[in-house]
Amino acid sequence: MTLALILLSVLILGSAAVAIALRNLIHSALLFVGCWAGIAAFYLWAGAEFVAFAQVLIYVGAVSMVVLFAVLLTRQGNELEPVKDDSFNRFIRALIAGGSVAGVLLGAILGTPMDVNTASPAPTMTVRELGARLMGPHAAALLIVGVLLTVALLGAVVLAAVDRSDQPEDAP
Amino acid sequence: MSQLQLCLVLSSFLFCIGLIGAMARSNTILVLLGVELMLNAANINFIAFWRYGPDHAAGTGILFVLFSIAIAASEAAVGLALVIAVYRHQKNIRLQEANRLKG
Repeated sequence: MTLALILLSVLILGSAAVAIALRNLIHSALLFVGCWAGIAAFYLWAGAEFVAFAQVLIYVGAVSMVVLFAVLLTRQGNELEPVKDDSFNRFIRALIAGGSVAGVLLGAILGTPMDVNTASPAPTMTVRELGARLMGPHAAALLIVGVLLTVALLGAVVLAAVDRSDQPEDAP
Repeated sequence: MSQLQLCLVLSSFLFCIGLIGAMARSNTILVLLGVELMLNAANINFIAFWRYGPDHAAGTGILFVLFSIAIAASEAAVGLALVIAVYRHQKNIRLQEANRLKG
């Protein structure tokens, strides 16, 4: 169990780090797909099957396609430009800040005694139970999330749509 | 080190990779993807605490992760639409050059 977790961690962290460091946007988007698939495998490992399938459907399927479309629509073709000096400085500062955050988090995690429920087998929660909970005590939250998704996607269409009314040369 | 601590270490490293990406890169799409990585790290934490927590039957961690994934999906859609709108106005998506509203 622990070996599988360590392998999954190496897959997730390696693909995320390489994706952040690469200059080619298509390659980093594809590596992000690998990272999200690894996270879905982690959910399967932890016994949350429905969340793993939702992660595959939403991240590996939908968000990655939206990201690839955005990359292709905003193509610039300047990957061969030399790295500017200010971006290198910014990278060093970001590395210092991220490293200190990692140090603080690691110190807090390793310094806290956490021996809760480690020996028990993996818990399972069937989709039927999950659906009963979503439709019963959390029905209001589910409705609000549906309304929020509708409003956000309509807003995305409005933001990205081309307004043709202010281009008189297109008028007949 | 217990397995819960391994999960937490994984999620904190993933959070820090997302943080470095969001702060270091000047490409707006990569900054958004760094934010998505940070959200995923938070989801890993929820699932880990559900797995090793005392109360499995309530399923609070799973429910919270489902709602969090929905919020992250809408955030990604709106963010990438904003990227496309910015690209249409200034013909590139470098964050440093998007300063038209700067006083």
